[in-house]
Amino acid sequence: MKRTLLTGNGAAAWAARLAAVDYIPAFPITPQTEIIETLADWIDTGEITGRLVTMESEHSMVTAAGSAAATGVRVFSATSSQGLLYAMEMLYTVSGWRAPFVLANVSRGLSAPITLEPDHNDILAARDSGFLQIHCASCQEVLDSTLMAYRLAEDERIRLPVIVNLDGFYLSFTREPVEIPDADAARQFVGSFDAENIRFRASAPESQAVAVLGGGPYSYFRYETHLAAINGAAVYDEIAEEFSRRFGRKHDAVEAYRADDADYLFVMMGSFASKAREAVDRLREDGWAIGLLRPRLLRPLPVVHLQKLLAKRKAVAVIDQNISMGMGGILHSELASVLYGRNDAPTVLASFIGGLGGRDISTEEFFEMAQSIRQAVETGQTPAPRLLYTQTELREVRKLQAIAQVERQQLGAIDD
Amino acid sequence: MTDSSDTIRGIKDLPSTHLLGTGTPMCAGCGALEALHVIYDILGSKTVFVNAAGCMTLLSVYPFTPFRGSWLYTAMASAPAGAQGIRDALDILLQQKRITQEEDLEVVVLTGDGAAYGMGLSATSGSMERMLDYIYICYDNEGYGNTGQQYSAATPHAARTSTSHGVSGFAGYKKNLFDIWVAHKPAYVATVIGADPLDLAKKIEKARSMEGPRMIIALSPCPTGWDYDPRETVNIGRLAVKTGVWPLKEYADGEVVHTKIPRQRAPVEEYLKLQGRFAHLFEPERNEVLLAEIQARVDAYWEKVEVAEK
Repeated sequence: MKRTLLTGNGAAAWAARLAAVDYIPAFPITPQTEIIETLADWIDTGEITGRLVTMESEHSMVTAAGSAAATGVRVFSATSSQGLLYAMEMLYTVSGWRAPFVLANVSRGLSAPITLEPDHNDILAARDSGFLQIHCASCQEVLDSTLMAYRLAEDERIRLPVIVNLDGFYLSFTREPVEIPDADAARQFVGSFDAENIRFRASAPESQAVAVLGGGPYSYFRYETHLAAINGAAVYDEIAEEFSRRFGRKHDAVEAYRADDADYLFVMMGSFASKAREAVDRLREDGWAIGLLRPRLLRPLPVVHLQKLLAKRKAVAVIDQNISMGMGGILHSELASVLYGRNDAPTVLASFIGGLGGRDISTEEFFEMAQSIRQAVETGQTPAPRLLYTQTELREVRKLQAIAQVERQQLGAIDD
Repeated sequence: MTDSSDTIRGIKDLPSTHLLGTGTPMCAGCGALEALHVIYDILGSKTVFVNAAGCMTLLSVYPFTPFRGSWLYTAMASAPAGAQGIRDALDILLQQKRITQEEDLEVVVLTGDGAAYGMGLSATSGSMERMLDYIYICYDNEGYGNTGQQYSAATPHAARTSTSHGVSGFAGYKKNLFDIWVAHKPAYVATVIGADPLDLAKKIEKARSMEGPRMIIALSPCPTGWDYDPRETVNIGRLAVKTGVWPLKEYADGEVVHTKIPRQRAPVEEYLKLQGRFAHLFEPERNEVLLAEIQARVDAYWEKVEVAEK
């Protein structure tokens, strides 16, 4: 099949097109805007028939996405970072409506300080919202995962909205060769949206999202949502299997790279995992039995896969491109809870934080992390969580501070 | 439910029984419910009410609802955005012939003043600028009523609320939402009150016959928040109109018209003195300065109306 150069944003737009979405409530935000511009262009030229409405905020955008899905049409939307947080109230709300739709999130670090470059604190802030989450590492994956996300969202065992996450800049603006599935084949795979009983029709009045009184009914509906999300793990496997049969690309819930015989593992999410892959290749050349795990599915967390893939390893380095203030890496905590109490769990589960606000993680740093966990096995001492930062970076910041200092003094002198 | 072919001329044309079910948890004497009964009689069950956080959220508590038609609770700030999604989805379904015209619904937003005057104003503004085809009902009880009547952007000057207990009451002034809405040039804007069901019914019927954003503010006397005996709701509502405190008016085709001009305006204190929230203007002694200021503001409003009429 022919491959086309597409940005991650372009791939997301293509997936929405192939899924024949009916409705796109939108709001611009860097680095996501190209997705809605592309879709708007196709609507203007008549290449697709969907309706795009620019709302006045992401909060309204997610409300409209949820209410349109609750009326029975197929919905796509996209946001990033501050936008996702601005919509946070509605993320929790529309998942409770059990309104299935797909939201692309282009990851970008959160304010303050305000920045444009990527990390995962935005998407992880939505971790407990009831949206399922798929994390991508290539533009091809963005397209494929978005198609799979519709199947996941609309599955009768789930019926929850899904976020497909792609990293700002590294995927959103990077062109990669992408196989665009044939429109009919994609249509067949995704199928048409059956709203079932979640819809508004004059002949069948429906009260949706009504209040409850007391913890009994509240807990019931919350548990229902949780159990539906849990169903997502097995359903994802089925969908990935079918996708692979139809299109020849397999996107496992957890990607395992050169992990079969590995004593040591890196665990990472998103596009920065390609840096880890490169480091694994180099370390393998040096004789290391090392590999990489990359969870694609974060919600539901593919617990069984992770337990199996992490079992009997000597040591694991979890590299979080996020930071929970006062605790550390979020994925590290999740894996610790997945492994706790298991006899076959690795004895060393070390935590590293890197890649915040698009900060690079160099190959040398991967080497250092590998050394660090090997040493931990030898000494029996898991290292304290480490925040990746180099002398050079610190020197650069010191220079900026020196300039700020000089300028301040200068302005002070004017005042005098 | 009234057919659109019917015309409401007199009070006898209003239905004698209400469509909205009884037994709701609203307070006795709720002025918002009083207005909603008339509104629902006219709009009927081929509607979906999109609600924002407020007193009326408690109308539909699982598994009960007084509505014969549909309902969606959204959040405090984004009911008009919820209406946008539903309206667009219904239009798409109609366009694709996935539903028949018979299955279409009138989309009606129902929020309190807390949402309408404050948090939800941005979403409302967006819906009007997009000329969304829907009806917005704001029941205005002049405070955050559901949380115990703290002052909101709709609270009138000098009113005592749970967050303005001082001798002068609320220091701010009621926001002019009517003019803010009118500035967007939507299809229709009207002020109404449950105590004048005929004026209310006519306006809802008129709104129903139009397309685009149709915006209604219903002043909603609130026994709990305004501190008066529930049996006084209708009386206080009538006095709000008779004293000129609540002008009944409508905007359509670029023009504002007053639907009821109180030629012989009663003094505002007749309206104020029935409500505990203004008791501090009368006891332990009359606050002549504040009373005069409130009267002067009402007089100034009507002077302008009279000048404009000439």
